Amino acid sequence: MRERKNIFQNADKIMIIIYILLVLMGWLNIYAAVYDDTHSSIFDLSTNYGKQALWIATSALLIFLVMMTEARFFSSFSYVIYVGIVLLLVVVLIVGHEVAGSKSWIEIGSFRIQPAELAKFATNLALAAYLGRTHVNIQKLSTKVVTAIILGIPPLLILAQNDTGSAIVYTTFILVLFREGLNGNVLVAGVAAAFLFIMSLLVSQWIVIGSTAVVLAFVAWRWQRGRRPWFALIGVFLISVAFVLCVDYAFHKVLEPHQKERINVLLGKETDLKGAGYNVHQSLIAIGSGGILGKGYLNGTQTKYNYVPEQSTDFIFCTVGEEWGFVGSTVVLGLFLALLIRVIMQAERQRTAFARIYGYGVASILFFHLAINVGMAIGLLPVVGIPLPFFSYGGSSLWSFTILLFIFIKLDSHRNEVV
Amino acid sequence: MVVTVAIFLVKLFYIQVLSDNYRLLSESNVRRSLVQYPPRGIIYDRHGEKLVTNEPAYDLMVIPRQVKSPDTLELCRLLELDPQQFRNRLKKARKYSMYKASIFLEQISKESYGYLQEKLYRFPGFFVQPRTLRKYPYPIAASVLGYVGEVNQNDIEKDRYYISGDYIGKSGIEKSYERELRGEKGMRIVMVDVFNREKGRFEEGQYDVPQVQGEDLISTLDLQLQLYAEKLMQGKRGSIVAIEPSTGEILVMVTAPGYDPNLLIGRQRTKNFARLSQDPQKPLFNRALQAQYPPGSTFKLVVGLTGLQEGAITPASRFGCNGKASSPIACTHSHASPLDLVGAIEQSCNPYFWGVFRNSVDRFGYSNTRKGFNEWRRIVKSFGFGSPISPDLLNQSEGNIPQDAYYDKYFGKNGWRSITIRSLSIGQGEILVTPLQLANFAATIANRGYYIPPHVVKKAGIREIEFEKKKTAVEDKYFLPIIDGMYNVFEASHGTARYWKIDSIISCGKTGTVQNPHGKDHSLFLAFAPMDNPKIAVCVVVENAGFGATWAGPIASLLMERFIKGKVKRLDVEEHMINSNLISP
Ligand SMILES: [Zn+2]
Repeated sequence: MRERKNIFQNADKIMIIIYILLVLMGWLNIYAAVYDDTHSSIFDLSTNYGKQALWIATSALLIFLVMMTEARFFSSFSYVIYVGIVLLLVVVLIVGHEVAGSKSWIEIGSFRIQPAELAKFATNLALAAYLGRTHVNIQKLSTKVVTAIILGIPPLLILAQNDTGSAIVYTTFILVLFREGLNGNVLVAGVAAAFLFIMSLLVSQWIVIGSTAVVLAFVAWRWQRGRRPWFALIGVFLISVAFVLCVDYAFHKVLEPHQKERINVLLGKETDLKGAGYNVHQSLIAIGSGGILGKGYLNGTQTKYNYVPEQSTDFIFCTVGEEWGFVGSTVVLGLFLALLIRVIMQAERQRTAFARIYGYGVASILFFHLAINVGMAIGLLPVVGIPLPFFSYGGSSLWSFTILLFIFIKLDSHRNEVV
Repeated sequence: MVVTVAIFLVKLFYIQVLSDNYRLLSESNVRRSLVQYPPRGIIYDRHGEKLVTNEPAYDLMVIPRQVKSPDTLELCRLLELDPQQFRNRLKKARKYSMYKASIFLEQISKESYGYLQEKLYRFPGFFVQPRTLRKYPYPIAASVLGYVGEVNQNDIEKDRYYISGDYIGKSGIEKSYERELRGEKGMRIVMVDVFNREKGRFEEGQYDVPQVQGEDLISTLDLQLQLYAEKLMQGKRGSIVAIEPSTGEILVMVTAPGYDPNLLIGRQRTKNFARLSQDPQKPLFNRALQAQYPPGSTFKLVVGLTGLQEGAITPASRFGCNGKASSPIACTHSHASPLDLVGAIEQSCNPYFWGVFRNSVDRFGYSNTRKGFNEWRRIVKSFGFGSPISPDLLNQSEGNIPQDAYYDKYFGKNGWRSITIRSLSIGQGEILVTPLQLANFAATIANRGYYIPPHVVKKAGIREIEFEKKKTAVEDKYFLPIIDGMYNVFEASHGTARYWKIDSIISCGKTGTVQNPHGKDHSLFLAFAPMDNPKIAVCVVVENAGFGATWAGPIASLLMERFIKGKVKRLDVEEHMINSNLISP
């Protein structure tokens, strides 16, 4: 008892409370999502909610494990953990079990583990360890290359497993790098590229190229600071043209038809309610029909009668929207926002770069999942299969997010100690 | 982060609070209105034997919007469709509505239903709708009973009760008593999951509409007699109509050749219908109602009655006959001359009735033909000739009793005299009647002056169906000599039907042989029995069979014997009639 009191002594109560609230709400919503009059015990192990209870219990165990571990262990062994998980990602490619087209599961007995989920916190650890060294200059090319390697290997392996959603998550680390001093131009270029990308899919590529030329000419005309950078502008223009043509080529030649369809549906170019648009449409119906106060717990017809696919995993937010309405959705989003803000606040207060970078990593990953998952459920973003942290059904993801968050809570509880 | 969450909240606020659209969509997703089809009323014969019953059938319905690129091949195999048919059916359903259910495949068998029911959850968008199909325990009276089929656009526009895929009576009793038979559709609103599995009733069923069962009908037909009559008519072309004179109830209505009504149910209906409608023997043509023949000698009874009523003759009036040498109308055979009315009916003397007809038409003077003719025509029409007479049979032909205008057009105004239209006196010429009208005429004579419009349904649900008596323009007393003449047809030594007397039943009848320009004469006979207190009046037409006495006479007498006695003694005659095939192959 003494020890237990000890390990939670300096832990951040706000983060823990929000964590517990989110996990419990998630569990209740999983129960609602697969609710059926025939199964009524929430602990029935043959159902998703029963299994989730088991995952929650094991997560509690993991929390104790994490909290009992020396804080120094995480910084010292971060590369070991990272390499271990990368090896696991390789193993899954060889002996992996295929579920719904993605070869991303390792089966141990009746349990299935998804290494891609665990890779998130491992990568975050490695990144924090690498950038947390003293005298690191992120502007140096060698630093950039190593960072790119650390961040690049897991998503490439995950892509090879055909699990696009989990791979995309790694782009979120750009936010961390930005915080650590990466030139803002990279971000500007990124946003510009994203804009060009979307526009070239929406309208004819020649219109996009023409508009780019006009915009650049306008920039040149209004240039205030000394000589006009003709060389740079022309360079930007040529790169834009090449980019737009590449996008067009990639879209028509590289993407598979169902991916193209998803993008087209999202961009509003197609309204196919049977194919790719079906899930989003049903999800919107579920959430939209919730109204202000929702239909009431266990009364959601869209989710209860399986109109929404993947309703206990990727589309868990539908159950919230349908049964708890606008009020419930706001509460959930509010809790997430509070958690994110708290994580960032605490990260800024860290003395070590390792803990700070790790904290930002946690916030970025959670934010990215939240944004993509909810954005997808309410039809603002394309359908990408990634879970809502703490909410969605799934052992690997719950474990991964739990470890991710509690390592930070552990680091945070030691921030006053000299490392 | 804050901005992102704010954007989400704005969007959530819009779809959850401001827009109503999604709530409606969610209801349309989950709520399924299941039409409850009540079983159609059963049709019984006059003794309570089932003529038409129901049998459960299952239609496979589809809601195209919910069909999710199914494993077409497997479903095709389950339904025994080839992929092309499958696509066509789906296309048709899509064309009707993406959101509303329509029939994908009608009337799946009981066996495939059981099999399909287990697998159907794998094919979202498809569900099974229980229906009832007609079933006919006996393959008889098809044209009277009619058939049931899917509604067409026209039916839907005429009556908003119907929706695509409903069944409706298309002909016969099924059509004329559609309202009674169909009952009222009900509606059950249930909640279904995405696999269309029922998950409970919507709002505890408070919006459900109960179905009302169709009313059973008791038909006037006599099942056993109908069976017997159809047997007698096998291998022949023509028709039989038998009526109970005191009630106007049609006991038997046969058209030959007919068809098995079971052919026009189920999935083979369209195919069979096409085959039947192309059959040169026209089995779908209800000769009893729709065929129009010159009545031939049977019409002499009408001419006689009209003459008596008009005072043109008395029963004692006599007209001379020179047999085949008679002019302007020859007689078919030689006989004693001159005959009185009774004798003329017995011998079916042509010159006699020409004489009667001339007296009638020339009653107001030789040159006042029009007045005489129109008066004559009025009385003839009072027997129901020249217009449809049954209140509950559809598609009756009117027959034809020509108007003066017709002759004006043909011979010029006033360019015709009684002699011009003399062939009317022996039931030839422009005059046309249907077997139903002739049977009704026989019933009218049996009733001595009135008839009750002949009908085929006597009771619908608990409602008795009755019709008003119709008096003819001829007084009762004038029927007596006519009946005497018809008595002689069976009983007298020269009676044209003397060979077909029924043991211990006194029958009355009249033969007719109708000249047919297209082939052998039609054989015609009308009769009723017993003479006092008549139980049955019959008209038999056998096409291209020759003399009325040879075929129609014996068939009519067998039928009357069977009806009154319950069995037939003259087995040799019966066998001869049943086994004769008069349709040239
Ligand atoms: Zn004669």
